[in-house]
Amino acid sequence: MKVALFITCLVDNFFPDVGEAMARILAAHGVHMEFPEGQTCCGQPAFNSGYADEAREVAKNLLDAFADADYVVSPSGSCVGMIHHCYAELFADDPALAWRAHELAKKTYEFSQFLVNVLGVEDLGAQFPYRVTYHPSCHGSRLLGVRDEPLRLLRRVRDLQLVDLPGASDCCGFGGTFAVKMHEVSTAMVDEKVEHVLETGAEVLVGTDMGCLMNIGGRLRHQGKPVRVLHLAQLLYEGMRIGKVVV
Amino acid sequence: MEDGRRTTVMERAHHALQDEFLRKAVRFTTARLKNNKLKASEELGRWEDWRERGRRIRAHTVAHLDYYLKQFADQVRARGGKVYFAADAAEAARVVSGIVEEKKAKLIVKSKSMVSEEVHINRHLEALGAEVVETDLGEYIIQLAGEGPSHIIAPAIHKNREQIRDLFMRAGGEGLGTDTPSLAGFARRQLREKFLSADIGITGCNFAIAESGTVVLFTNEGNGRMVTTLPPVHIVMMGMERLLPTFADLEVMANLLPRAGTGQKLTAYMSMITGPRRPGELDGPDELHVVILDNNRSSQLGDPDFQEVLHCIRCGACLNVCPVYRQIGGHAYGAVYSGPIGAVLTPLLNQGSEYADLPYASSLCGACFEACPVKIPLHDMLVRLRRRNVREGRVKAAERFAFRGFRQAFSSPGRYRFVMRLARTAQRPLVRQGYIESTFGPLFGWTHSRHAPALDPVPFRERWKRLAPELEERALDREAVGQPAAVDRRQADPSRADDGGKGGAER
Repeated sequence: MKVALFITCLVDNFFPDVGEAMARILAAHGVHMEFPEGQTCCGQPAFNSGYADEAREVAKNLLDAFADADYVVSPSGSCVGMIHHCYAELFADDPALAWRAHELAKKTYEFSQFLVNVLGVEDLGAQFPYRVTYHPSCHGSRLLGVRDEPLRLLRRVRDLQLVDLPGASDCCGFGGTFAVKMHEVSTAMVDEKVEHVLETGAEVLVGTDMGCLMNIGGRLRHQGKPVRVLHLAQLLYEGMRIGKVVV
Repeated sequence: MEDGRRTTVMERAHHALQDEFLRKAVRFTTARLKNNKLKASEELGRWEDWRERGRRIRAHTVAHLDYYLKQFADQVRARGGKVYFAADAAEAARVVSGIVEEKKAKLIVKSKSMVSEEVHINRHLEALGAEVVETDLGEYIIQLAGEGPSHIIAPAIHKNREQIRDLFMRAGGEGLGTDTPSLAGFARRQLREKFLSADIGITGCNFAIAESGTVVLFTNEGNGRMVTTLPPVHIVMMGMERLLPTFADLEVMANLLPRAGTGQKLTAYMSMITGPRRPGELDGPDELHVVILDNNRSSQLGDPDFQEVLHCIRCGACLNVCPVYRQIGGHAYGAVYSGPIGAVLTPLLNQGSEYADLPYASSLCGACFEACPVKIPLHDMLVRLRRRNVREGRVKAAERFAFRGFRQAFSSPGRYRFVMRLARTAQRPLVRQGYIESTFGPLFGWTHSRHAPALDPVPFRERWKRLAPELEERALDREAVGQPAAVDRRQADPSRADDGGKGGAER
C-alpha cells in the first residue's frame, strides 16, 4: 500500500510537526509514503470567498499532484472535505476535470478516517496521562462525515481522561477569511468556545483541523491560558512515545 | 442606527455585540429551541428519512410551481375567495390597501405573517388612517417597541421579561409582574377587545394546499383562530412558494415544521381555511382575499444555484443553531428575514448591492444545513452568493488583488516555494517565540484578539527530505523482522467496505 501525503498549505508552512507526527504514525503501521512535491493548496480560501476561477487554478494543481496515488491521506478534515464536497461544484463546467476530481475524492481520506476505516487500527498502544477534551471541526464532521473516528482512537489511549466539551459541535469562529472579515463576531464565537474548554478543566485540547486549533489556541494564548492545543496526530504520536511503542 | 446611510452587517453586528441583554436573551432562547428540536426529532425517529421526504415534496412543488399555483388559485376562486397575484411588495401593499379602503376599515387585526413584514403592510395601512394591531404575542411586543422581527418564529426573541414588562406598562399595564401569566394576561385583555371590534383580519399562510384551495396556519396562541373567524373580512398574504400539492404532503410538513422550529410534536393550533363562510356555517368571514406575492421569488426558478431557497418552510431551525445568529441576533441582518436563511434569501429578494454583504456573516460551519428539515444547502448557497458578488464586481479591489496573488503563487509548486520562502524572511522582525503578536497591518482582525502562529523556519516539504529516507528504512527493518505491511482492511474483509470514506453530507 502506497500512500501519498496531502499535507495542506497550513500544516506545511505553520505546523510541520503535525505532518511529521502523522507520517511517523503511518510508518509505524507499515505504510509506505510519498510526498508529491507538486501539491500546494486545495483552493478552499479562494473558493469560500467566491473566487471560483482562482480556486480552480489552484485545485487543478492538486489533481495533477495526486493523479497517480492509490490513497491520499491528510491531517485536515476541512481540506479533504473541500475535495469531497466542493470540487464537484467547482469543476461542474468541465466534465474531464470533474471526473478527475471525483476520482481524487474516492481515494482521499482524513487521517483518523484512514486509520480507523481503512487500516482498521484503533489502538495505537499510546499512553497519555492527561485530561483531554476534543473539538470536532465543522467541515470534518458535517461536510466530510468524520464523526466518531477521532474519539475511537482517543478512547484507546491508556491513562487519557477524555472529558466532553460542552457545545462541542458549535463552530469555533474560524471560518477562514471570516475570522478577519467579521473579526468581532469571530472573537465572540471563539470566546464562547474558550469558555467551554476552560469549563472542562482539560489540560489538552485536541482536534483534527489546524485552522480551528490555530483559532482556539491563538485565543487561549492571547488570554494567557495554559491549555495545550494539539492535533490528534501530535497527541497520538506523543502518546506512542510515552507508551514506548515507538522510540 | 438608521442615520440615512446604509449600515453594513459588520457595523450592525458591532452594535449588537455591545448589547448584553440581547445576547443573553438570544442565547437562552435559541439554546432552548435547539435542544427541544433535537429531542422532538429523535422521538419521532428516522428523522433523516422525514427530512428527505420533506425535501422531495418541496423540490417537486417548486419545480411545478406554475401548475400548483394555478390549481390553488382556481380552487380558492371556486370556493368563493378572491385571488390576487402581486409582482412585488408595492403591488401587494396596493392590493391590501385597496381592500381596506373599499371596506372603510378602521381596525385591522393581524396574526403573525413574515410576508406582511416583507411588504411592510402596517406602515401602508397606518398611512391610510387605519389602526393595525399585531395579535401574536411576540409581534405585539415588537409592535409596541416599534421594531421589526428578529427571528422568523420568535420575533421578540431579543427581549427579556423586564423589557417586555416595561413596554406593557407604557401601553397602559398597571402593576405588572414579569411572570408569564401577568404579561400574557395583559396582552390577552388588550387584544380581546380588538378581536371583537376589528373590521379586517390579516394572516400569513404556512402552507397552501393546491388540491383544495386551503390555507393552513400553524399558530400556538389561538390568535390565528380569532383573526380568521371574528372579522367580516379575511386577507391572506402569502409567498408564491408556500404551496403543497395535497393534504398527504401537509402531514409530512405538520410533523417537520413544529418539531424543527420549536420542538413541538404538533403546533397548538392548525387552522385550515377553505373559502369564506358558507351558508349555514357559524364561523368565518364573509369575504376571503388571498394575496400571492412574487417579489423576486420567481427569479430564482430555474436557477440551479438558488432555486432551493424556495423550498424553505420558515421554521427558524437554521437561526437556532447558527453560531453567528446566536452572537448578534436578528436585527444585525438588517432585513425582515435573518439568520442563515435571511443571509441567503435577502440578497436574492433584493437585487442590487444593498444586502450584498450578508453572505459574509457566516463561518460556513454548515450547522444550518444540518438543522434544516428540508435539507436546503444554505452553506453552499452562501458561497454561491459570494461568487456572484465577485462576478458582479461587488468586492473590494484589495481583496480581488489578494486572491489574484493567491492564484499566481499557489497554482505552481515552484512559485509557491518561492513566495513562502520570501514570507519566512519577511516575517522575521515580527516573530516572538514562534508567534506574531503585532496588531498592525492586514492581520489586525486576527491579531487584536488572537496570537498568530509564525511560519515555521523549516516547512514540511523541506523536512520530508530527511524524514522520508528515515521512515522508509524503518519500514524495511520492520518487514525484515516479519511485521506485515499495511493493507486496506476493507479489501481484506468486505463487510468493512464503506462508501470510500465519504459518508458525510451528500450533494
